[in-house]
Formats: sequence, C-alpha cells, structure tokens
Amino acid sequence: MFNHLLSLLIWLPVAGAIPVLLAGSRRPNLARWLSLIVAVLTFVVSLFLLVQYQPDAGGMQLSENYLWIASWGVHYALAVDGISVALILMTTFVSILVIAGAWEVIQDKPHQYMAAMLVLEGLLIGVFCATDALLFYALFEAILIPMFILIGIWGGPRRVYATLKFFIYTFFGSVFMLIALLYLYQKAGTFDMATLAALPLTMKEQTWIFFAFLIAFAIKVPMVPVHTWLPDAHVEAPTGGSVVLAAVMLKVGTYGFLRFILPITPDAGSHYAWLVIVLSLIAIVYIGYVALVQEDMKKLVAYSSVAHMGFVTLGIFIAFLLMRDPASVDMARLGMQGAMVQMISHGFVSGAMFSCIGVMYDRMHTRQIKDYGGVINVMPWFGFFYVFFAMANCGLPGTSGFVGEFMVILASFSANPWIALFAAFTLIIGAAYTLWMVKRVLWGDITNPHVGEMKEINGRETFVLVAFAAAVLALGVWPQPLIHLMDTSVSHLVQQLAIHKI
Amino acid sequence: MPNLNDILIMLPELYLVVAACLLLLLDAFMALKERPWLHWISIAVLLVAIYLVIVGQPAQSVTAFGGMFVRDGVSEILKVFALLTTAIVFVYARPYLIDRKLVTGEFYTLMIFAVIGIMLLVSAGSLITVYLGLELLSLSSYALVALNRDAKLPSEAAIKYFVLGALASGMLLYGMSMVYGASGMGGTPTLDLAQLHHVSSYTTAPKLLLFGLIFMIVGIGFKLGAAPFHMWIPDVYQGAPTPVTTFIASGSKLAAFGMAYRLLDAGMGDLSHQWQLMLAVLAVLSLAIGNLVAIVQTNLKRLLAYSTISHMGYLLLGLSAASPEGYAAAMFYAICYALMSVAAFGVILALARSGFECEEISDLKGLNQKSPWMAFLMLLAMFSLAGVPPLFGFWAKVLVLESAIHANMLWLAIVGVVFAIIGLYYYLHVIKVVYFDKPAEGSVLAAKPDISLRVVLSLNALALLALGLYWGPLLSWCRSAFGL
Repeated sequence: MFNHLLSLLIWLPVAGAIPVLLAGSRRPNLARWLSLIVAVLTFVVSLFLLVQYQPDAGGMQLSENYLWIASWGVHYALAVDGISVALILMTTFVSILVIAGAWEVIQDKPHQYMAAMLVLEGLLIGVFCATDALLFYALFEAILIPMFILIGIWGGPRRVYATLKFFIYTFFGSVFMLIALLYLYQKAGTFDMATLAALPLTMKEQTWIFFAFLIAFAIKVPMVPVHTWLPDAHVEAPTGGSVVLAAVMLKVGTYGFLRFILPITPDAGSHYAWLVIVLSLIAIVYIGYVALVQEDMKKLVAYSSVAHMGFVTLGIFIAFLLMRDPASVDMARLGMQGAMVQMISHGFVSGAMFSCIGVMYDRMHTRQIKDYGGVINVMPWFGFFYVFFAMANCGLPGTSGFVGEFMVILASFSANPWIALFAAFTLIIGAAYTLWMVKRVLWGDITNPHVGEMKEINGRETFVLVAFAAAVLALGVWPQPLIHLMDTSVSHLVQQLAIHKI
Repeated sequence: MPNLNDILIMLPELYLVVAACLLLLLDAFMALKERPWLHWISIAVLLVAIYLVIVGQPAQSVTAFGGMFVRDGVSEILKVFALLTTAIVFVYARPYLIDRKLVTGEFYTLMIFAVIGIMLLVSAGSLITVYLGLELLSLSSYALVALNRDAKLPSEAAIKYFVLGALASGMLLYGMSMVYGASGMGGTPTLDLAQLHHVSSYTTAPKLLLFGLIFMIVGIGFKLGAAPFHMWIPDVYQGAPTPVTTFIASGSKLAAFGMAYRLLDAGMGDLSHQWQLMLAVLAVLSLAIGNLVAIVQTNLKRLLAYSTISHMGYLLLGLSAASPEGYAAAMFYAICYALMSVAAFGVILALARSGFECEEISDLKGLNQKSPWMAFLMLLAMFSLAGVPPLFGFWAKVLVLESAIHANMLWLAIVGVVFAIIGLYYYLHVIKVVYFDKPAEGSVLAAKPDISLRVVLSLNALALLALGLYWGPLLSWCRSAFGL
C-alpha cells in the first residue's frame, strides 16, 4: 500500500464515485453514506503521508513513476514534498466537511453531487502530486469538469452565467500554458518537471514562458485584474462548491507558481517580480475596499479571498526580490514560508466562512446582509463560531490567519518598507469589512421576522464548524508542525530562485 | 496482367464488392418480414472485412496492379477505423431506420459501396485510383443523403451536395490533368503517385505543376470540408438522414485524410514547402469560420457541422507540418474525430423517434432528468470534442499542436488554442442544456430501449474516456505507420 500511497489517494475517491453514482437517486441516503465513507477513508489514507513522508530529508518523496505514453515519453509520475503533503491533507480534510455539510442540504440528485465532489477531490490530490508536466496539465484542466457541473446544477439563479464564465476564463488561461509546455517539450524532449527545471533558457524564452504560465495561474489564484470570475462563481456555487473552490482550488494556482514559474523561469520571474508584487498589493488594498461595499455575504468573502491570496503571491514574489541580495536568504525563506502558511490557513478560514454562510442560507435562502441582523439572539452557538472565523479572517493573533500574514509582512519589510506598509493595510481593511459584516448580521435587534424563526445549528453543522475551528486554532496557536513539515521544501524552493539559467 | 498476388492484396475490397452485390440480391429475394436480418448480416460483413484487413496486414508496404493500389500501415489503420465506424453507424441507425420505414437493402449496400470507395481512396497508388475511390464514395454518399426521397430537406441537401461535389471533383480532375501534363514535360508522363513525387525536379513546366497542385488542394479542401470549401457541410449535415450524416462525419473524414496524405505526401511531397502554407491558411480559416459560426447555431446537427469544419482545421494543423510526426498526429486526430462524432450523433440517434428528430439543441433540455446515462454520454462526447482533458479529444489536439510547434509554426499553434477557447463555448452550451435546464413541457425525451444501440453507444463514449486515459498504443500504431 505504501508503495502506491499517492495513486491510492487519487483513485480511491475517483473510483468511490462510481458506487455512489450507482446507488442512484432512489436511495439517496445510501449515496450519502457511501460518499462519506469514501471521503473518510481517503482522509485516513492521507494521514499515512505524515508517517511516510520524512520532512527533514527534503526532496520529492514517495515517488511513483510509470511510463504512460511511450512514444512521447510521458510518465505517470507522482511524488510529494512537504508543501504537497500539507495541501493534500487539507484537501482530504475539507472534502469530508464538504460532504457532511451537503448532507440534507442537497435534495436534488444528491448522488450526482457527491460523486462530482469525490471526483473533484481525487483530481485535486492528483494535481498536488503530479511531477510530470503533461499529467499535471491534464489534471489541472480536468478539475474544471466536476466544478462546472457542481455550479451549474446546484447553483443559484445566475448559475449558468457563472459556471460558463468560470470554465471559459480558466480554460483561456491554461491553453497558453499548454503551448509553453509543448515548447519546453521541444527543447527538453521530456515533460519531467525536474528536467524542465534544469533546462537552460534564454531571457527571451523565459519571458514568454513566464507570461504564459503567469496568465494560467494568475487566473486560477485569482490575481487582479483577472479575478472577476471568482465573485460570480462563489455567489452562484452551492455551499460545498464554494468551500472547495476557496479552500483548495485557488491553491492550485499558487501551487503552480511554485512548481512551474519558480524553477523553470527564475530569471524572468525575478525580472518581473515587481509586476506580481504590484498586482498583489492592488489585490490586498483595492480588493479590500471592494469587499467593504459588498451587500452579498458570499461576494464579500469571495473578495476577501482575492485579497488574502494576494498575500500568498506577495510572499512568493517578495522572495524573488529578496534573493537578488544573497545576504537576505533567510528573509526570502520567511516570505515563502509565510506564503505557504497563508495558503493552508486561507483554506481553512475561507472554507469555514463559506460554511457559515451556507448554514444561514439554508435557513433564510438569502445572502444579502441587509436581510439579517440579530442572528446571535436565536443562534448563539452559531454566533460563537461565526465570530471566531471572522476574527481569523481579519488575522487575529492566535488564529491561523495571523501567522502567514505576519511572516509575509515581516519579509516584505526587509525588502522594502513601502511594500510592507501597503500589505499591512489588510489588518485594518480586513478587520473593517469582516467585522462590519459581523455587526450587521449577528448583532443588533431582530428586524426581519424570518430571522426570529432561524433554528440553532444541528449536530451535523456543529461537527463541520468545530472541525474547521479546531484546524484554525491549532494552526494559529502552534504552527510549528506545519512549518516544520514544509521547511526543507521551502528552503529548496528558495535556493532555486538563486539559480540563473541563462 | 493481374496475378493471384494482386488479388490477395486487394482481398478485403474484393470481398466487400462481392458481399455488397450479394446483399443486394438478398434484399430483392427476401420476404418483407425477414428484412431486419439484413441489418445483422451487413454488420457481420463489415466485421469480417475488418478481420480480413487485419490478418492480411503486410509487414511492409506492398503494391498491386502495377502500383495502382498500395497497402501499407496508413491504409490498414484507416481501413480498420473506417469499417469500424461504419459498423457502429449501422448499429445506431437501426431504430432510426425502422421508425422511418427506411430499412431497405439500398441503405446497407450503398453504405458498403461508400466504404469500398474509402478503402480504395486510402490505398490509392495513382491519380486514377484516387479519383475512382473518391467518386465511388461521393456518388454513394449523394444517393444516401437522398435516401428519404419523399422529404424535401434531404432532397435539397442531396442536390446541393451533388452539384458542389461534382464541381470539386472537376477541380480535382483538372488539377490532376495539369500534374499529368507537367510530368510529361521533360520526362515520361505518369499517373503513378510514387513517380510524381520526383516530377518537380525535372519538369520543364514547374508553374503548371504548381497550378495542378492548387487545384488538387481545392478538391482535398472540399472533401475535408475545410473553409473556404465548407459551404456544403452545414446543409448536408442538417438535411441528410442522421445515420448518413454520422457516416459523412466519421468514415468520410478518415477517407479525406487518406486522400490528402496520398496526394500531398506521396504525390507532391517534393513541393511540401509550397503546400504547407496553403494548408496553414485553410486551417486558420476553418478554425475561424467553424468555431465562430457554430456559436450562433440552434440546430444540433448544424452545430456539429460547423464543429466538423473547425476540427478539420486542427487536422490540417497536423498535415501542414509535412513531417511523419505531423501526419501521425493528423491521422490520430482523424481517428479521434471519427470516434467522437459517431458518439455525438449516436446520442441524437438514440433520442430520435418517429416525428421527433431531436436535432434542435433545445430538444435536449433536461436530458439529465430524463435519462442520466445518455446525458453522461453526451457530456463525454462534448467535452471530448471541446478538447478538455482527460478525454480523448484533448490529446489529439495536443498532438497536432505539438507537430505545428515542431514545424516552426508556433503562430499556428497559438491560433489553434485561441479558437479552442472560442469553440469551448458552444460545446459547453450543449452540456448546459443537457444538465442545467429543466425539461420542456410535454417533452418526449427518452432514450430508446434498443439494447444494441445502448450498449455500443456506451462503449463508444466510454472509449473516449478510456482512450483519453491511455492513448499510448494507438499513437504508437499511428506512428509506426509512418515509420516512426
């Protein structure tokens, strides 16, 4: 089993989707239980990663490598480093909560919903451990299919517009990446990512390839100005779709930065780091203000996701800036580490925020902030969790949101205090939009009679929120295990930045 | 004089000719209630032909009848898939033909004659064989389009197809005559493709040769349905009975690839630097016209017609590389396209019934509610046509894009992917109608109970997924045909 741990992780949920589908619409409960069992099993298997993966040894571990397409030298090659392990664990963890969260909420064809979720989970895990560029690309694109279905069938009133926009937008970005990969294949004769990383490229080639990659991953992250699909997709997606989208799918974009832009085009990346840094700062400051004026809760959290993902891209590219001076390698590492922690933390916090909104939406069938007010009076337990996640969203110390942001700001300060100044704006704006939303939704008197009829969260919802809260709190209070897990891999990435390929 | 060896080389074709004639006789003497047996007999005839093609596969390229007929890896693969897709078409066609009382021997014999045309075309060793195969295929197709002779639309489509087809054949023939003439200037005139290969080195009339080439490319463009020679495609696709459309969109496209390969590489390979750019222009036009016009279509068959045009653009991407890798990619693409379009039309055929053609996109509304399995098969076909991984269509696109980049035509590859994004929209639109829309009032949408159709269609669509996950052997087979 341990020899094929990664394959097992990918294919278990994908294969598990088949019995779930067969369970059919006649026995929805069977489909629900089956999918939960599959998700829990996958999570349990993913825990073995922690046992098997040696954080201090570094490098890519647990590798599986089979020749897939002989005449093209494409391999079915999987391996993980610390960053992948963290992301895979997050994926399997969140998947359980998503399936539990959808339990009786999805009444229309639940078996198809659950099956799509499981397929999505498997494909996402695949993305995080593929070490062959073509395999990565295929999985990267294949993710779109289940997500397209999830938003399109179970989404809100404008779901068709949102899901088409989502699909075409992301597809648009990635086809240029495909061209870049094919070009690299011409030069290297292989799609093996380690070989591509060692391939010497001229500055001109690097620049073109850099921008091809950038457009693919920037759309996925999403970065300003190509973020406009995200609010639409989030607003229209069912709760589970939003959670997976925010928690895991956005990370695919930043993960792509680490796996492709950093090793393959380090010189172009360094040269254009300013561009990404500026875009990240715009995301942090401007999108923060945009979030402030939102009247739809999901839209607000979606914009706050864009702002938080800005921290991840900032952390990655501040490392580029810092590595121009070899003396500041420690700071570069700090920035990169901060970006990684922020990735994981944002996964839990945004997933939790969307779950909370889902809980309220199931009762009220509205996401407009103005329809709420005084929810705490009828749902005190729910209010507790909501406030907690809101605090994490603004980066309160003691929650996971604080750790990553703090590390990134610290690193940017040593690169350029001005960058740090703008980045630190998030502490104010983030608090402003999140807490203002909490104020309008939770506190005050009940003005809408329907709010008075809202029921307290049930056991299933409590389980989901407690699980999220535990993760957020654990990472906030004691991030050391996570940092240790990723440390060697992060150092390795930072070293790659210093290698010139021209 | 033809000897026994020549006949053995041509055995599958000769067998099919005999079988088709016997079918015609059988049809004439069969009692009316025994007619349905024709269906199974015809499928068996095709399967035996596939067997004959495979067992008789020569180790290397062999010729018969003084070089008129070539049997090599390329022709073997194309024949196998042409026969296979035609057999699939037969299976899909049965309920449709029964509903419309079209189960006659003519359908089966004409189809088999068309397949013989395809087989001759892809095995052509001389200009005459190319023309012979093409005409056999075309004339059978014209008649097939008009099979339902009482209906107006099919008759119109058949006339249109015939007039334009005759024009294109004329162009091709004219081009061939010029090439023949050019081969005679400074050497002995020849129709043999292998000898024509060297004409450009000795002919005293290079301009004439070039003109001939251009006219032949017009003929190829017409047969492929590449823009600007695509005008017949939408009307014929829409007007023809759906099983015939399915055939034109699958087997016929394999033939078109074979014809292009024979004429351009075997015959005019020396002039590849001349025709490369011509094909690139055809490719760009096909991609643009096919994808852009498809967006506004409301008729599913018409939409698939424009989608064919765009797919021929991708196929030309591979051909225009003018290298063995490029040809292998293009052949892979042609096979992939044939399987995808058969699956897409198969779903239409599975849903159609008497009085309900199921050819408007809106007819598919809420298919997922009524019959989730058919909806899923349609999803596979559409995502494959759109070129989304992990489905088969994606890999075929990757291969032709790679061959374009390999041939130093990066710009062409970029044009290709840009139009892939545009094309994505209308395939997604079909999936949207199938999955996200509610069924219309009084919709009669339901899948046919015909078991053979359901099984073969399921296998066909699942093959798109399976080949998407493991396409190595097929690619190796295609590459080996070109000596790679």
